[in-house]
Amino acid sequence: MDRRIQAVYGWLLALPACVLLAAFTHWPAVASLIDSFWSTPRGRRPAQFVGFEHYRRMLADDPIFLQVVWNNFLYALVTVPAAIGLALLMALLVNERIRARGLVRLAYFTPTVLPMVAAANIWLFFYTPGYGLLNQILSAFGLPDTNFLGSRDTALWSVMVVTIWKEAGFFMIFYLAALQAIPPVLEEAARLEGASHLVYLRRVALPLLMPTTLFVLVNALIGAFRVVDHVVAMTQGGPDNASALLLFYIYETAFRFWDTGYASALTVVLLLVLGGISIAQVRLLDRRIHYR
Amino acid sequence: MSRALASAPATPYARAGEGMVGRSAGPGFTLVQVGAWLLAIVWVAPLLYAIWTAFHPPAFAARFTLLAPLTLDNFTRALEAAPFPRYLLNTVLLVTMTLAGQLVLCSLAAFAFARFEFKGRELLFALVLVQLLITPDVLLVENYRTISRLGILDTILAIGLPYMASAFGIFLLRQTFKQVPKELEEAARIEGCSWLGVLWRVYVPVARPVYVAYGLVSVSYHWNNFLWPLIVTNSVETRPVTVGLQVFSSVDQGIDWSIVCAATLVTSGPLLVAFLIFQRQFVQSFLRAGIR
Repeated sequence: MDRRIQAVYGWLLALPACVLLAAFTHWPAVASLIDSFWSTPRGRRPAQFVGFEHYRRMLADDPIFLQVVWNNFLYALVTVPAAIGLALLMALLVNERIRARGLVRLAYFTPTVLPMVAAANIWLFFYTPGYGLLNQILSAFGLPDTNFLGSRDTALWSVMVVTIWKEAGFFMIFYLAALQAIPPVLEEAARLEGASHLVYLRRVALPLLMPTTLFVLVNALIGAFRVVDHVVAMTQGGPDNASALLLFYIYETAFRFWDTGYASALTVVLLLVLGGISIAQVRLLDRRIHYR
Repeated sequence: MSRALASAPATPYARAGEGMVGRSAGPGFTLVQVGAWLLAIVWVAPLLYAIWTAFHPPAFAARFTLLAPLTLDNFTRALEAAPFPRYLLNTVLLVTMTLAGQLVLCSLAAFAFARFEFKGRELLFALVLVQLLITPDVLLVENYRTISRLGILDTILAIGLPYMASAFGIFLLRQTFKQVPKELEEAARIEGCSWLGVLWRVYVPVARPVYVAYGLVSVSYHWNNFLWPLIVTNSVETRPVTVGLQVFSSVDQGIDWSIVCAATLVTSGPLLVAFLIFQRQFVQSFLRAGIR
């Protein structure tokens, strides 16, 4: 086929998708950067160029921003390893010849299928002071009633639990697939060498799971900065911003306080975080953490 | 971007794991068995608890008696209190429309990237992949502005449109299309097929399993999606179930948990039932796809 006609066809076919992608991904990313240098238009006052004012405000004048970044950092630091660790444990357990394995696997995986808002509602009920199951269990052990979502010390942790509950089963299926892709010969060989099952797991299986771990890690990290449905449904960031995450703060700034200029600057920070994760991932891949 | 690159090995979910070949007995194994079961019980407990509460009178919401009477009353009251059937219809419309748009746009673009030579193809494809990292819901502020400029605020189209050109779908289909032998395509061309005819008669049938996988992932993602629809919808005629549930349970229900649990089940029920029936297909799809 004529090269020129091919090129025209190619462009025409790709065009509709590319236009939409540009409109809802690339342009808004660039527009956020531009808007972050402008003040929020209010009433008759149009937006004014303010340079780095929004960024200065973030670092110097906005304790909530610092709190939110810290919260999100802590949230990622706890939920990501916990979910991955549990996922690995689940996969190892379900990979054994236990009874009713299908049911056990189903139990681990089902929370993943629920909408995050539904999961949040179920846990809201769980956490209810005085009445919810968790407080009933506490009182059975003679412990005092706790307002899990209403107190500064526990709110963020309570939200983390929901995340871990919902994510672990999802990551499990990747580990399970990877485990079952390991040739059985390897375990036989290990056994002939006199290695116990645990030694086999630690020395042979776990290293072979490294590519899966990297994949899951990146997904979990990105998720930790991109999903705030449960924050909206459970705590609204409260009490006193104790459980607010970055994207939630953007949502609040833009759609509750209508401070869109500042929200754009916050969006740029979020984009930088996501970009950072992606660059770190490429670096790690370069170091050949994968064994293929 | 290997988030999707690390798509999984082909078989895994249903195959018998061979973890403990020849060691099914012994105290170590009993421990594994009991551990797996305990974790499974802890993991489904929240969901079972919600189901219990939804099907029993409010007096038994947090009290377990074997003889507690079963009832559908909570569901009736939930349906009276909020238009859940309408919300469900909206969600069905949303996921259908979004998926239809995605299938068409992504097939065309993937075909272009897989089979046509044109200048700037690699750069364009790299730009497409950016969306794997930065999904439209991260760019709330700007996308809201775009949607409002288009004059489609508070429509179902507004919820789906930003997702219709899916980088992930393009990526997945391009991979598959590339594996189609060129001879097939040339044969069809000689028979007088147009280019779109080739796509439709040769490529689409070959990629059918990938379409199914992508479809399941897309449907469950958009069924569960929350933050973006929360922002762009504002009326009963457009709200999907996730937003409907949130609006319903955040309006003070006198915290009648029985109704909230019933509503939660109504929201996630259809997807949950579909998952229980087509468990294997779901898990395979998630594995193949790698992201939700």
